[in-house]
Amino acid sequence: MDISYHDVLLVGGGGAGLRAAIAVAETNPNLSVAVVSKVYPMRSHTVSAEGGAAGVIKSGDTLDDHAYDTISGGDWLCDQDAVEIFVKEAPEELLRLEHWGCPWSRDPDGHIAVRAFGGMKKMRTWFAADKTGFHLLHTLFQTTLKYKAVTRYDEWFVTKLLVDEGRVQGVVALQLMSGRIQAITAKSVILCTGGCGRVFPFTTNASIKTGDGMALAFQAGAPLKDMEFVQYHPTGLPFTGILITEAARSEGGYLINKDGYRYLQDYNLGTPTDKPVLRNMELGPRDRLSQAFVKEVEKGRTTDTPYGPVVHLDLRHLGEKIINSRLPFVRELCLKYENIDPIKELIPVRPVIHYMMGGVSTDNNGATPLTGLYAAGEVACVSINGANRLGSNSLPELLVFGARAGKAAALAGMEQKPPSERVAAQALDEKRRLEEQFLGKTGGRERIATIRSEMHQAMESGAGIYRNQTSLQKAADKLRELRERFRDIRIDDHSLTFNTELVAALELSFMLEVGSTIVESALYRTESRGAHQRTDFAGRDDRNFLAHTLIFCNPDGSARLEQAPVVITRWPPGERVYGVKSEVKEVAAR
Amino acid sequence: MAETISLEVLRYSPERDAEPSFQTYDVPLRKDWVVLDALNYIKDKVDGSLTFRWSCRMGICGSCGMMVNGEPKLTCATFLSNYANENKPVRVQPLRYFPVIRDLVVEVTDFMTKLQSVKPWLIREKEKPVSDGEYLQTPDQLDRYKQFSMCINCLLCYAACPVYGLDPVFIGPAAIALAQRYNMDSRDEGAHERMDVLAQHEGIWGCTFVGECTKVCPKHVDPAGAIQQYKLTATIERFKTFLMPWAAR
Repeated sequence: MDISYHDVLLVGGGGAGLRAAIAVAETNPNLSVAVVSKVYPMRSHTVSAEGGAAGVIKSGDTLDDHAYDTISGGDWLCDQDAVEIFVKEAPEELLRLEHWGCPWSRDPDGHIAVRAFGGMKKMRTWFAADKTGFHLLHTLFQTTLKYKAVTRYDEWFVTKLLVDEGRVQGVVALQLMSGRIQAITAKSVILCTGGCGRVFPFTTNASIKTGDGMALAFQAGAPLKDMEFVQYHPTGLPFTGILITEAARSEGGYLINKDGYRYLQDYNLGTPTDKPVLRNMELGPRDRLSQAFVKEVEKGRTTDTPYGPVVHLDLRHLGEKIINSRLPFVRELCLKYENIDPIKELIPVRPVIHYMMGGVSTDNNGATPLTGLYAAGEVACVSINGANRLGSNSLPELLVFGARAGKAAALAGMEQKPPSERVAAQALDEKRRLEEQFLGKTGGRERIATIRSEMHQAMESGAGIYRNQTSLQKAADKLRELRERFRDIRIDDHSLTFNTELVAALELSFMLEVGSTIVESALYRTESRGAHQRTDFAGRDDRNFLAHTLIFCNPDGSARLEQAPVVITRWPPGERVYGVKSEVKEVAAR
Repeated sequence: MAETISLEVLRYSPERDAEPSFQTYDVPLRKDWVVLDALNYIKDKVDGSLTFRWSCRMGICGSCGMMVNGEPKLTCATFLSNYANENKPVRVQPLRYFPVIRDLVVEVTDFMTKLQSVKPWLIREKEKPVSDGEYLQTPDQLDRYKQFSMCINCLLCYAACPVYGLDPVFIGPAAIALAQRYNMDSRDEGAHERMDVLAQHEGIWGCTFVGECTKVCPKHVDPAGAIQQYKLTATIERFKTFLMPWAAR
């Protein structure tokens, strides 16, 4: 079997992976960096981020303000030392991206422009029209092209981490074009594979977001952290799950129910105003807005569609000029995919799965407890997002912690020994497994799409916006059954050339694994906090649960759960308050 | 609306087939379904071996470009209902002028090499430290290159370009537009470096201004405009070399 050797290997070529690759190359230009990605890097899901990237740059704003918004938005489950690092380094990273050519939107005087964003008290969100993620990813990708130390493995699918002597030493990967399976070794490996929104049926996430890195790390023995915290974005288009950015609300859009009523005022989110007010009404945090939707459904005040109940986002009063200049992509998406013109019509929206707060547990340098393994971006949980991520924190997060992980992995890689000989044997075993269980398999009965859709159903009804013991237990049982049935999977495609059915099967096995960790972690946390709302355990329970949940994979495949302390530095837990009274109560809470 | 619609999909497996052939599938015709939804329906329900790329289904990742009834299209943005009244199957083929790996998947490594060759990154003689803040750029300066920065690398423009079809050495619309995106950026100082690649026959002079690239671009990048604009720049620069050889570079 072929084996290739590198110093640092990135799995995933999205924002975090590319930022990490550049960080490695800049830390030591003599290191060999490999970027292994199942898609061409510029196809990665970072490309879909719309709204912006938070970083303190304007006078009148402070790092402490950004930290406090992040920590309170995360319902005090963020590690405050990590948040302090994050808010300090975010503006530097965003400026670095400016120096690399990112076309940030500007003020008339040529300085960076910022906009308001949900959950942020000050205007600090940098944006590149409403295609921020697209510009960020393409700027990073194009910039990596100038570093000769970076070797890309485009359209290679990683199936396993190679672990020997307690440290990660590389991966086994399948080249889609040729069907070749080989070991790619390195002295350190950084997972940058993004989240796992595709575990759920309605999601803004692209089809590639199947939790690969989370499953790879978990199976290799690294713990996942806070997996029960799954963010719903309150405004996705039904059927496609296409995201209508929060910017549509920060520009002044209203959320209304079937009676045309701005229903958020009924859920402690403030009182309606004509002009948008930060942290008030439509600019409240994502979890609270999504929960309000479920209550509206229960009250029968939503509109029924073939894709289930919806509310409406109203932009009409903003007028053609604002919509075209500030929200062109929103209009384009509505016209192209729903045949709706937001200048004249209401946009149907529903909450859709958007982001995983949880992920592979890392320290502030992206290092996991497993030697040689790092993670950054959505796949990781540092945690700066706690129980609920604020909009426009994920792009700076992948830059800050991508850079940190890249640097740390580079330094560690310089000291580490070359891979041990035993990993070659492991790689050969993995190749055999892929050939026997998938490529050469005949006679299975279960269709991939059937198991996938039953998994979706189980996750949505068991571990959705509201959960309880009964719903979660049912989901856990169902997932166990599906994992059993997965062994009898039917593969139509036995070709070695670009076998997307094999990829779909491997992705499904990863999703079943990750879905189970979400459900088990949600069962374990018997309180309600941020995006994790238990109808049988209402309210936050700081005495027992001001702690991270860690889930480990036992050698027999079963799961083990533990708690880990939350780092509190300067902001003791307070009440999360939104709306016009928020200022007063927050001062008291501080 | 009829209840189903037929798709005629090009199938080709290098391990099995000497020649590509078409396979016909009937799929439900739904108002909000795009061609990509139909392909996914086939893959999930009928034939798991059908091979194509896709990811975001919102026209931004650039993966799902194919020929639909002979025209280059993003299949995630092409409604089936547009073809409902044509009384013939919708023909889906891989992007034209690219080698086919399998079914609807084409080989794009040639494009990746060309992309890199135009140095699509910001080139400065002297970098200022990040601690000194941003390079100022007014909204007007941003507007000069912004449209060229919108390219999603979907390659529809290559599939539409007859010059690329005849001469695959041609750098092609997207790569030239991207070079021009950096050339026009007020922060960039690399136009001269890029000229070595662009001002040769395989660069801008290969283009005979057919303009098809701009017509099919789903992001309104206007590569044809970029190429014409650059031809003018290159001509002026060339004259400068004749008239003032000491001043041109």
